[in-house]
Amino acid sequence: MTASPPPPGTLRQATRADALATEMPVGRTRGWWGMVFLIATEATVFALLLGSYFYLRFQSGRHWPPPGIEKPELTKAIIMTILLLPSSLPVVWAERGIRRGQPWRLRLGLSLTLIQGLLFLSVQASEYATNLKKFTITTDVYGSLFYATTGFHGFHVTIGLVMVAWLLAASLRGSFGARHHDRVTIVALYWHFVDIVWAFIFMSLYLSPRL
Amino acid sequence: MTVQTEPDQRRPEVAELEHAWHERPSLRTWLSTVDHKRIGRRYMVTAGVFFAIAGVDAIIMRTQLSRPNNGLVTPEEFNQLFTMHGTAMIFLFATPMFFGFGNFLVPLMVGARDMAFPRLNAFGYWVFLGAGSVMFISQFAGAAPDGGWFAYVPLTDRPYSPGRNLDVYALGLLFLGVSTTIGAINFIVTALKMRAPGMSLNRVPLFVWAMVGTSFMVVFALPALNLANAMLFLDRRFGTHFFDPTHGGNSLLWQHLFWVFGHPDVYIIVMPALGIVSSVLPGFCRRGVAAYPLMVLALVTIAIISFGVWVHHMFATGLPFLSYSFFSAASTLITIPSGIQIFAWLATMLRGRIIAGVPFLFAVGFIVNFVLGGFTGVMFAMTVFDQQVTDSYFVVAHFHYVLFGGAVFPLLAGVYYWLPKFTGRMFHNGLGKWAFWLVFIGFNTTFFPMHVSGLLGMPRRVYTYPTGLGWDPWNLLATIGAYVLALGLILVATGVVQAIRRGPAAPDDPWGADTLEWATSSPPRPYNFAVIPQVHSLHPVWDERSREAMATGDVLAGHRAVLTSELDGDREGPVEMPESSLLPFAAALGLLFVVLGLLWGQYWLAVLAAFAVFITLARWLWPPHRTPEEAGVAREGRAP
Amino acid sequence: MRWPARRRGTPPPPRGAAALALASLASAATVLAGCSTGGPQSTLDSVGFGARRAEGLFWLMFWISMAVFVEVLAFLGWALLRRRRHTVRAGGGDATGFVVVLGVAIPAVILLPVYGRNLADLDALARPPGAPATTVELIGHQWWWEVRYPERPGAVTANEMHIPAGRTVRVLLRTADVQHSFWVPQLMPKTDLIAGKVNQTLLHADRPGTYRAQCAEYCGKQHAFMALVVTADPVDRFEAWLARAAAPAPAPTSQAEQRGRAVFEGGACASCHTVRGTTAHGTVGPDLTTIGSRWSIGAGAVPNDRGHLGGWVANSQTVKPGNYMPPQPVPASDLPDLLTYLQSLR
Ligand code: HEA
Ligand code: HEA
Ligand code: HEC
Ligand code: CUA
Ligand SMILES: [Cu+2]
Repeated sequence: MTASPPPPGTLRQATRADALATEMPVGRTRGWWGMVFLIATEATVFALLLGSYFYLRFQSGRHWPPPGIEKPELTKAIIMTILLLPSSLPVVWAERGIRRGQPWRLRLGLSLTLIQGLLFLSVQASEYATNLKKFTITTDVYGSLFYATTGFHGFHVTIGLVMVAWLLAASLRGSFGARHHDRVTIVALYWHFVDIVWAFIFMSLYLSPRL
Repeated sequence: MTVQTEPDQRRPEVAELEHAWHERPSLRTWLSTVDHKRIGRRYMVTAGVFFAIAGVDAIIMRTQLSRPNNGLVTPEEFNQLFTMHGTAMIFLFATPMFFGFGNFLVPLMVGARDMAFPRLNAFGYWVFLGAGSVMFISQFAGAAPDGGWFAYVPLTDRPYSPGRNLDVYALGLLFLGVSTTIGAINFIVTALKMRAPGMSLNRVPLFVWAMVGTSFMVVFALPALNLANAMLFLDRRFGTHFFDPTHGGNSLLWQHLFWVFGHPDVYIIVMPALGIVSSVLPGFCRRGVAAYPLMVLALVTIAIISFGVWVHHMFATGLPFLSYSFFSAASTLITIPSGIQIFAWLATMLRGRIIAGVPFLFAVGFIVNFVLGGFTGVMFAMTVFDQQVTDSYFVVAHFHYVLFGGAVFPLLAGVYYWLPKFTGRMFHNGLGKWAFWLVFIGFNTTFFPMHVSGLLGMPRRVYTYPTGLGWDPWNLLATIGAYVLALGLILVATGVVQAIRRGPAAPDDPWGADTLEWATSSPPRPYNFAVIPQVHSLHPVWDERSREAMATGDVLAGHRAVLTSELDGDREGPVEMPESSLLPFAAALGLLFVVLGLLWGQYWLAVLAAFAVFITLARWLWPPHRTPEEAGVAREGRAP
Repeated sequence: MRWPARRRGTPPPPRGAAALALASLASAATVLAGCSTGGPQSTLDSVGFGARRAEGLFWLMFWISMAVFVEVLAFLGWALLRRRRHTVRAGGGDATGFVVVLGVAIPAVILLPVYGRNLADLDALARPPGAPATTVELIGHQWWWEVRYPERPGAVTANEMHIPAGRTVRVLLRTADVQHSFWVPQLMPKTDLIAGKVNQTLLHADRPGTYRAQCAEYCGKQHAFMALVVTADPVDRFEAWLARAAAPAPAPTSQAEQRGRAVFEGGACASCHTVRGTTAHGTVGPDLTTIGSRWSIGAGAVPNDRGHLGGWVANSQTVKPGNYMPPQPVPASDLPDLLTYLQSLR
């Protein structure tokens, strides 16, 4: 294109034909960066939400949860953690696979994640069912915080699952391979994010009141 | 001496390129365009209209306040007026206006053909239009927000504001937040990946740095506002208790969340304006802005420190001494990077050869006003003085000096400066000078007296006041000033319309400026640059080698742009750019119905519309079908 | 690198821009002229230790700002008016030193001691001259002030506060509804009244006098008329006032007052207002036990005289639109007596 030689690090000077066939040149893609900043802004929301949790908790007096509400039940939360945290592994495995041009690994990995995510959501639903008998979002600020935080995270899991399912559908139509897996990488990033956030929520909402 | 920066238009590659990027004018292309220049102009025009409406709100307020015990508007109307005035000026005018400038200019300045995500860009505009319309329509329906632009609880909670007004505020801003966030991400990624080859970080124009700084602040500050508004909406609609002290909530949480956003937000607004000043000066001082590395450092420092000063808006809430002393120190500290900028501009002028064009006049007016506004800011950083004057007209004076003097003056400088590039027409110089003087004198006559009435104890947000407190002459003066100011602004608008209608055709580079947008035609062609520039310095248009590369280099064919590496701007290869599409418009429309459904309490509509948005997005992002070879699928488990 | 030559001939010296610099100086001079004014709510006419600290800080900052402003204008004027030979090439150095000295070093040197002064002032606001002699409880309502003297049970009034001059008074701040802010510009910088929180501030009036105060946090429709007058009396007068304020309302002395009282007790008034010593125990509106001697009606809305009082009782919504006292359909025959009675409550 220009007189200057390709700078070091560039694999090859793109010629017209191969550039048309390549969706992704060397280096990080725009989509990857876009997702990184989307995650950054979403992570800030979660950080502020947990910040608000601790702010309200320490401003509201000595009893937390407030009198009348028991400390959060751990069994189901632990099951949820066990379901969700490792669910990043199949994604990693799937992504590695598609990088090597193995769509079957992508499909299998995504399906596993999908199942784990759905199980997570169903345990959460059953946890809500029991909790709602004891307190609701309108009971007091503890209820508001508990349901808003976990609900907001659950909503993110749902979005993540929709994305995973969408990716699975696209992969069944055969759109991805060693040279085209931009979207896989991006969805994987998002899923890891959703996953890691749960660890913080688990520690703040479930563990910290028991300390 | 003309600067040749473009390849010969008659070359066949160029004609082919023209074909690849051409959009036939029709309603469909109007709705589906993803051209950053058209979108940028739309942002500017829409924000300009919102500015005019919010300005008229202000004129009505000033008329009401011109004399004591005036009865032009009712208290309810007045409260809606200042709330909508403030909210619209901040959220619907200032930020989107600068996003419009950024949209038009950032790709041009970095030598790119479009933003990193052209479709998201279109989507962002439509969302902004929707959110702005919802909020302004509420004003004409008499149900506009009336809790002040920072909407403190409990006043804005359901028991004290049972109407729809505050739902419009919470939902409108949440809706708008979508637009602002993706706009910001788009700027960052554009600046990271789309810079022309050779544009390493130390060759990035200051305006681009400013847009990136602003965008970073948006990414990390806007979540606080969104969270606060979501909580407010939940409190109001579904009976949660985040801000309700009778059930363990806390009304100060709102203030913290709001200002964690709100303070960075004022720099979100002013930073692009600072960038405009840095862009305007080189052309009129015949040299680059002095101390470029320090300027960049100043922008970065402002962006960081701005997250650590929010409590200076809460100095009267009775927080502990320690907290006050920390936030007072941080607020004092933030003057240093501002000082760096001011003195760097002065140095640029001192060491340059000045040509006093209209944009330059506005830039000088900016310096005078911004410094005055900055000083009152430092005064507030002194806690005890702030406790005395907070929520008085002294604060109103401060923030108009920094917002109007510090952001709108550069904006007007930018309007005159880039009008040739935006429209391809030159403005009338005499009209521009008149406009400047009216705006400058009107501005100072409006807002200077507010310092005095504030010191004399006049609280803000009062719909009227009794006589005998010494405030009357200052208020009258301010009102007179507001009319002069309005006249000046109308002259600006007239000048713009006159230029578009009858202005002489603009040359490519009327000011002899240094950045890449001047290296292409006025207005630029849809593909911006036939040859992707190769940048060799911070001032590519003043630099022989860069210019030569642009005039003689190879044309990048097709609907494509070039990606480069994040830090050094090394070329990574061309990419296909997305074609225009109706999907962004459809998705924004869907989102509008989500918001309306929530607003009216028709949750089924919201859910249905959300579903439609999902489907649209899934279609939008659906990958193209590829053969296994194309996609790179390994045969028999071996790597391809 | 080559800086481009100027295109369009020689530019005229930028006179306009220089005039601008001068105009700014002129406007700065206006401050000096403007700020020497006093007024019943002026921050520049301080009578209490807190306000005096703030005022001192203001003038300090004002002069610093003026000095830096003149400095900036001088550089600007120099840049604009300097004669330049056309052969002079623009460019010449990056001016880093200039920027670092003027933009970093000098401001830092100026601001450090100023910040120290601020900390000293902040500390001083919590250290009154003398231990608090009296406590006042101030409760904000949309849109009036309830004033109580907890050390003297029964002493309740509204929209007026009496304090002993020359003594320190502790004011406890609460709100009954939304956020308000207590600000007596001549005496003390403001402190907010925040739901779910009790704030505190200290008042100290150096000399007797009346000091106007006004709610300084937007609190809804009638935020504009939520004023309060702080009266600092010599200590003995204050004690006398407090004793009277704590006592029940005086018994009616005339037949008109007698009838007025009956109207008051029998009507809706009693459901919202209290007049101590009668059967009226309402708490929605201000305590009216001393309404006859107040400086205003409706927290600064109108002066307290018979005409305005009548207008207020008949329909306060025309006087102070949106306030929480509904129009009272008192029969025309009863109204004069009611007013006479109210005016007798001193
Ligand atoms: C563009 C917007 C903008 C900008 C740039 C600023 C800039 C600053 N602001 Fe301002 N501010 C607002 C917009 C802005 N502000 C708004 C909208 C509000 C009110 C919100 C509301 O209540 O509705 C507000 C309110 C506000 C308050 C709270 C007031 C109150 O409500 O009680 C405070 C308190 O500290 C403050 C401080 C500052 C400071 C220290 C700066 C500094 O950044 C200024 C730095 C600049 C300079 C100082 C000038 C140049 C420097 C030199 C020439 C160097 C030499 C200087 C010295 C030695 C002093 N601002
Ligand atoms: C960028 C922000 C911005 C801008 C530009 C302005 C501009 C103006 N403001 Fe604004 N103001 C705020 C932000 C801004 N304000 C904020 C945040 C508040 C606080 C709100 C709150 O308390 O909640 C406030 C509050 C505020 C108050 C205090 C209200 C109160 O506390 O009771 C007043 C009072 O005089 C006032 C006056 C004005 C005036 C006269 C202008 C004038 O400069 C307006 C001039 C503009 C016009 C007259 C429009 C005419 C223009 C045209 C016709 C051109 C058309 C152009 C095109 C089509 C391209 N403003
Ligand atoms: C529904 C409640 C209600 C009723 C009934 C009511 N008032 Fe009021 N009144 C108020 C409130 C609330 C205020 C404070 C209004 C304000 O200043 O914003 C007030 C204020 C006043 C004031 C001014 C007090 C001051 O210090 O400024 C007077 C006088 C008064 N009322 C007299 C009356 C009389 C006489 C009646 C009966 C005929 C009456 N009110 C009935 C609620 C009521
Ligand atoms: Cu109470 Cu404003
Ligand atoms: Cu601030």
